[in-house]
Amino acid sequence: MNGKSLTCIVCPAGCRISIEAEGKSWKIEGNKCPRGKTYAIAEMTDPRRSVSAVIRTKSVSLPYAPVRTDKPIKQELVFKLLEAIYSLEIEGPLQSGAVIIPDFENSGVNVILTREIYHE
Amino acid sequence: MIERECDVAVIGAGAAGISAAIEIARGGRHPLLIDREPYLGGILQQCIHTGFGLHRFNEELSGPEYAGREIAEALSLGIEALLDTSVFDVRCEEGKMLLHACSAHKGVMKINAKAIVLAMGCRERNRGNVGIPGMRPAGVMTAGLAQRLINLEGCIPGRRAVIVGSGDIGLIMARRLIWTGVEVPAVLEILPYPSGLARNIAQCLDEYKIPLLLSHAVVQIHGGRRVEDVDIAPLVAGSPDLSQAFRIPCDTVLLSVGLIPENELSKKIGVKLSLATGGPLVDESLMTNIPGVFACGNVLHVHDLVDNVSCEATRCGKAVLDYLQGSAENPIGQGEAKAGMNLKYVLPSQYRAGKDMRFSMRSLAPFDEARLLVSCSGKEILAQKMRFVRPSEMINVDIPAGAIPSFAAGQSPQLEFSLIPGDSKP
Repeated sequence: MNGKSLTCIVCPAGCRISIEAEGKSWKIEGNKCPRGKTYAIAEMTDPRRSVSAVIRTKSVSLPYAPVRTDKPIKQELVFKLLEAIYSLEIEGPLQSGAVIIPDFENSGVNVILTREIYHE
Repeated sequence: MIERECDVAVIGAGAAGISAAIEIARGGRHPLLIDREPYLGGILQQCIHTGFGLHRFNEELSGPEYAGREIAEALSLGIEALLDTSVFDVRCEEGKMLLHACSAHKGVMKINAKAIVLAMGCRERNRGNVGIPGMRPAGVMTAGLAQRLINLEGCIPGRRAVIVGSGDIGLIMARRLIWTGVEVPAVLEILPYPSGLARNIAQCLDEYKIPLLLSHAVVQIHGGRRVEDVDIAPLVAGSPDLSQAFRIPCDTVLLSVGLIPENELSKKIGVKLSLATGGPLVDESLMTNIPGVFACGNVLHVHDLVDNVSCEATRCGKAVLDYLQGSAENPIGQGEAKAGMNLKYVLPSQYRAGKDMRFSMRSLAPFDEARLLVSCSGKEILAQKMRFVRPSEMINVDIPAGAIPSFAAGQSPQLEFSLIPGDSKP
């Protein structure tokens, strides 16, 4: 597929943008500003997503703790990452921000805890 | 019976309650936070997705992280909290407040306070509020309850869920369900346009090829013990056209059909409510008709950004400090603020001139270009160009003290806010 229609998420305007490969550059329509162009090209060449989920813990007061990626991860890795998170069980005490999975699949993306697990 | 004293009882320890308490403690007064949950942070703790704090912290945080920062600040100020505790009665007499609360650990407690901040947040509208016909099997629940089940309690609400309503909670839950292995065959919206943000439609629905059926309604829920399927029909001239109805098999129906400020307690105190917002009627200091009783956050009007909640609650905390100082009264009298063309409401609805004020409002319809006009007794005092106005995005307007002409005691000039559609390009 060389063409795609997408909704720009950069600002609340939510432009409908169509983008198509045209030789070595892109044919982009529907964006009202240059940020839409940047977004559309990124969506075509290297789409990334922020992922959040809950992870099992050994804590009694917080049996499931929230985690997220510290930066957006390649879209094709999203479900693989979710499976990795669901297969783990962690033990506190841990501070919010603690790295739970470092450098997932050499992507440079870490999974971090987003709520403190207290000492029990 | 345990008896407690404090300067300000803050009912609800979510984003609003914590920010109000922080401001009150910084001003040297003693706030007491009360919450029915065993933890601080309220609904933020179950909103594990990111997108919080862009305005307040200049970062994209998850709900628990946002709450964590506010909680750390509150704890560093030594703010006290009664958790697992429900307030069930409040009495106000001549500026003295008496609250009755109870918890499983401490039993019934009496709390004496000089002022109260209502920060109970809001509730989700449920099946009864929107009148969905059909059987009453298990599996019909609000999107927020499903969010709580998955994100706090670690269980899934079903295997295949139809989402009714395109509010942001419903959209975010659609993606959460997909990410936890639950199928989402469709999201329905009764209006011809989505209620949630465009970015959530793109990232939560389009990305997973979940159809968004605009101008569609559920006309029947089938099932015995558990939901088996739902009948859906398109709306023609405002009512469902049953001849075009179709059936979608599912075991769960999630409702994301709006939020209502939670004011059962407020009503008991005698606080007057607004029909437009569902929250208390307040003046510019966010004080209700009962002297010493203030309100902020979603209990006052439903917000779309927690950053705005914290900001409003901080203003509320400042106003409470002024009230406790006895400097809250302004002798000039009160004026009325009114929602004019294309606006659903304006908050506050009462104001005193002579100070900088913030007014919050919501549009009735989407406009790509519009002008916001503010007039005082018919004379224009402020005009502002607006782009991409959406009913789902609250508008805040700051009016400096000098902008409103001074008026004599007894007079009450009316401020009117209106939204004039600009020529929108096709």
